[in-house]
Amino acid sequence: MESRENLEEKYREALSNYLKEQTEQALYQGQKYSRKTIEHKISPEEIISFHKSTLMDTYEDLPDEVLHSLDFLLEVMMGYGIAYREHQNLKHLQQELKSEIEIAANVQHTLLGTNIPKVKDLEIGAISVPARHMNGDYYHFVQDENQCVGVAIADVIGKGIPAALCMSMIKYAMDSLPDHRHFPKSVLESLNRVVERNVDPSMFITMFYGLFDPETHIFSYASAGHEPGFYYDADKKEFTDLTAKGLLLGVEKKTQYEQYEKYVAPGDMIVLMSDGVTECRTSEGFIERKTLIEFIEKNMHLSAQEMVNNIYKQLEKMQHFQLRDDFTLIILKRNV
Amino acid sequence: MNIMIDVKDIDSKATVKVKGEIDAYTAPKLRETLFPLSEQQNVHMVVDLSEVSYMDSTGLGVFVGLFKSVRSHDGEFRLVGLSERLRRLFDITGLADIIDINSNAEGGVK
Repeated sequence: MESRENLEEKYREALSNYLKEQTEQALYQGQKYSRKTIEHKISPEEIISFHKSTLMDTYEDLPDEVLHSLDFLLEVMMGYGIAYREHQNLKHLQQELKSEIEIAANVQHTLLGTNIPKVKDLEIGAISVPARHMNGDYYHFVQDENQCVGVAIADVIGKGIPAALCMSMIKYAMDSLPDHRHFPKSVLESLNRVVERNVDPSMFITMFYGLFDPETHIFSYASAGHEPGFYYDADKKEFTDLTAKGLLLGVEKKTQYEQYEKYVAPGDMIVLMSDGVTECRTSEGFIERKTLIEFIEKNMHLSAQEMVNNIYKQLEKMQHFQLRDDFTLIILKRNV
Repeated sequence: MNIMIDVKDIDSKATVKVKGEIDAYTAPKLRETLFPLSEQQNVHMVVDLSEVSYMDSTGLGVFVGLFKSVRSHDGEFRLVGLSERLRRLFDITGLADIIDINSNAEGGVK
């Protein structure tokens, strides 16, 4: 590594060469030198003082005005020097924050992790991709002692770290629900009370909660302002909106949710998503729900997991690989 | 991504016109501009969204926050000029049942 004295010497050499002969080559030395000064954190005012001492050593009869002007320039450049050092410090801090956020994202991933359960007669596929480091979307599966499987999909209004922190709270609240109370309506009603009490008044959560009973093949569900999913009727070969009315979590303390039921026939499908899926923006505008249905149809021959993976890849491509919002897609498919 | 917020605030009657996009980047500005207005006692706040070309759920969060703040100060809060897409957003989230989004821009403002 080169020392400072060494760099002063280098400057002297490069400048003298250029003063002797104004060639491209000599000028290029200056360019190379400037990269080296950045590497060694030499400030702009130091370079001017190198310049001045080189001139003084080279020319004995240098007019005082030139020297004074260099002192003046040095003073002016001081501000840049300070700004440069600040910039360096910020760069360093940013690096630190970045790695901290990466660690937080990993912690979140572990905290919110959920396993896709094995359910009789039901195939499940799920994917969730954050737009930035941390995910404000959340999905969760629970299986109770009667083998009924509960599926939750939620989206915090807001993005990034605050949203992600909020999700951890939801997960905790869901884990502490009593085992016998996984009816969609009561799940949403108790979570609503938790969110209303605990979260910042401008932060809200949309959630869809469904419960599939593998014995009766009934899917019961309720929604708190969540983007409606689709229901695929294999017999009619037809998609319909899985509409459920209900207010966002955290707005009104005493919100009651309506619970709906559907008999799931062999080959039928339930598609759940976050609004990141329908808010995908392409150069031609938003993705219509119709387009999404076309994507689903195109992949219908695949397994549920392959379906969600493929649909995600296709939507990502349409948006030129730039997600604007967190993206979550879940498909439940009753085996034929 | 840009937003323009036009505010007329006379005797606790706040008429607001928003132009542009409301998303994670512009929502903080919207919140900062409108929140102080919503904290006046008995405020009547009308927000015209007819020139909003895009709004995501972050924007929704701002309006719910405003609505709650206005309500806690015994005021009235209305949104007017919603496009089909915006209307759908308020319908899905159940907010259309608690926030007035159906009156027209002229009614009762002047």
